[in-house]
Amino acid sequence: VIGEASSAPSPPNGGLHVGGLPTYVYGRRSMMWWGTLGLMAIESTVFALTIVTYFYLRSHSPVWPMSPAPGLLWGIVNTIIMLASAVPNYLAKRAAEREDLRMVRRWMIVCLSFALAFLVARGFEFGALNTRWDSNAYGSVVWMLLALHTTHLVTDTLDTAVLAVLMFTGPLEGKRFVDVSENAVYWYFVVASWLPIYAVIYWGPRL
Amino acid sequence: MVLAAIATAFLAFSLWVHHMFATNIPELGKSFFTAASAMIAIPTALQIFCWIATLRTGRLNFKTPLLFALAFFFILLLGGLTGIMLASVSLDLQVHDTFFVVAHLHYVLIGGAVFPLFGAFYYWFPKFTGRMMNERLGRWNFWLMFIGFNVAFFPMHLLGLRGMPRRVYTYPAEMGWGALNLVSSIGGAMVALGVLLFVVNVLHSRRKGAVAGDDPWRAGTLEWATSSPPPPGNFATPPVVASRYPLWSEGGIAGPVRGLADDRREVLVTSVLDAVPDHRAVMPHSTIWPFISAIAVTVLFVGSIFTPWAVVWGSVLAAVPLVAWFWPRKGPTRLNLQREVKP
Repeated sequence: VIGEASSAPSPPNGGLHVGGLPTYVYGRRSMMWWGTLGLMAIESTVFALTIVTYFYLRSHSPVWPMSPAPGLLWGIVNTIIMLASAVPNYLAKRAAEREDLRMVRRWMIVCLSFALAFLVARGFEFGALNTRWDSNAYGSVVWMLLALHTTHLVTDTLDTAVLAVLMFTGPLEGKRFVDVSENAVYWYFVVASWLPIYAVIYWGPRL
Repeated sequence: MVLAAIATAFLAFSLWVHHMFATNIPELGKSFFTAASAMIAIPTALQIFCWIATLRTGRLNFKTPLLFALAFFFILLLGGLTGIMLASVSLDLQVHDTFFVVAHLHYVLIGGAVFPLFGAFYYWFPKFTGRMMNERLGRWNFWLMFIGFNVAFFPMHLLGLRGMPRRVYTYPAEMGWGALNLVSSIGGAMVALGVLLFVVNVLHSRRKGAVAGDDPWRAGTLEWATSSPPPPGNFATPPVVASRYPLWSEGGIAGPVRGLADDRREVLVTSVLDAVPDHRAVMPHSTIWPFISAIAVTVLFVGSIFTPWAVVWGSVLAAVPLVAWFWPRKGPTRLNLQREVKP
């Protein structure tokens, strides 16, 4: 009665009974997943536009970089921290989807420690940029790139901290595990988007 | 039709430089943007053919909304034709910054956006007020606007070709542009009169218009199945839609959706493409926090005009209400837990 595609129960007296359907779901069936996807689409565009701006400025400049290139050490350290953080993040996501509260708590704490580590390393990265945001066009766009990504590191840290506290204090219900699972998807995005930004900031001036 | 709309949007990414043909951009770039600008005619034509096919296969109801829709096709088509002309760099350079461009852009924008907007207003006015708009006034409104629009903007093509620049409020009398400008002004006055009649029609029909009933146009889509004006939420229980035109086919509305709670905000979520019922999402309760976070974000952006540090402390200011907004409450969570159905 309700069209070719539907497989839901439909009694002959008309209508559709949905009272037995789940109240939350994981992955791309969940609205959280679509919201996160939309956020990632928008933010990827912003990153891409800023990278294009970098190369546009570079193509119009006889000297590049206009200040000394950034020091390599903290960029490499932070890239390693971020890549390694994917592991506890994956484990937190898996535990959430199994609704194993004990393991979720454990891995969220580990994730949070990684988050604090990459925030500290990010501070040193800013220190090693060797330029100010108002020194020249190169300085502006490099600060813009690093600050944009730092915004996401901070957001991700805050999200993770709030969820970690909630996992200990409650009040909890099933759909909070969906939140943990989708927070992990966002985390993957923050790490993955760092790789092209890292390449541009640290290797763009050296090419 | 959907592919044509997507193709239009996609091509639109690479045609905006046709506004800058008179600037210093590489020749290769000009060729590329010429190609994209001319190519957009293809999906647009496809859309227009789809509309014609829809009209050809339907039973037309020649009332004010349809008149506005037909005028929309007519005017947009003319604007599109001058658009293909302007895509050519050589012609574009000749008429750059002249009234030819003014004529073109008004044919596109007023034809493509304003006429359908008026048509839509006449069409849905009975749904959102419960009363019909006056048809006689509507026809006067339409013909004054349609004729007035063409009288006002068609002469601008000729003025542009004769060299009248845009963005200059006056011109020397000996240029010979006076007569056509007078015609244009008369057309403008006709449009103004038409819009005035529209306002009169709205104010009059709002109180004294004929009572519309649920479906005054005998239309086929879902909004006409509920009362006019609709209650908050549109339907007391969501209807199960079994046909593309639920009101035109037997059993087009296959009863209500049952089993959604009415004491908390429960919405039915379906699969994306086939609309198979999937789960019941429980939405949050009303709260003041979104408003407070909006104020905090406003403070952040206004503050950032004066000091870059506003971005930092503004973010802290905005984060607090966002977390408070998210933080679950004990009572509702306990109730949700009692009724939870796991995936």
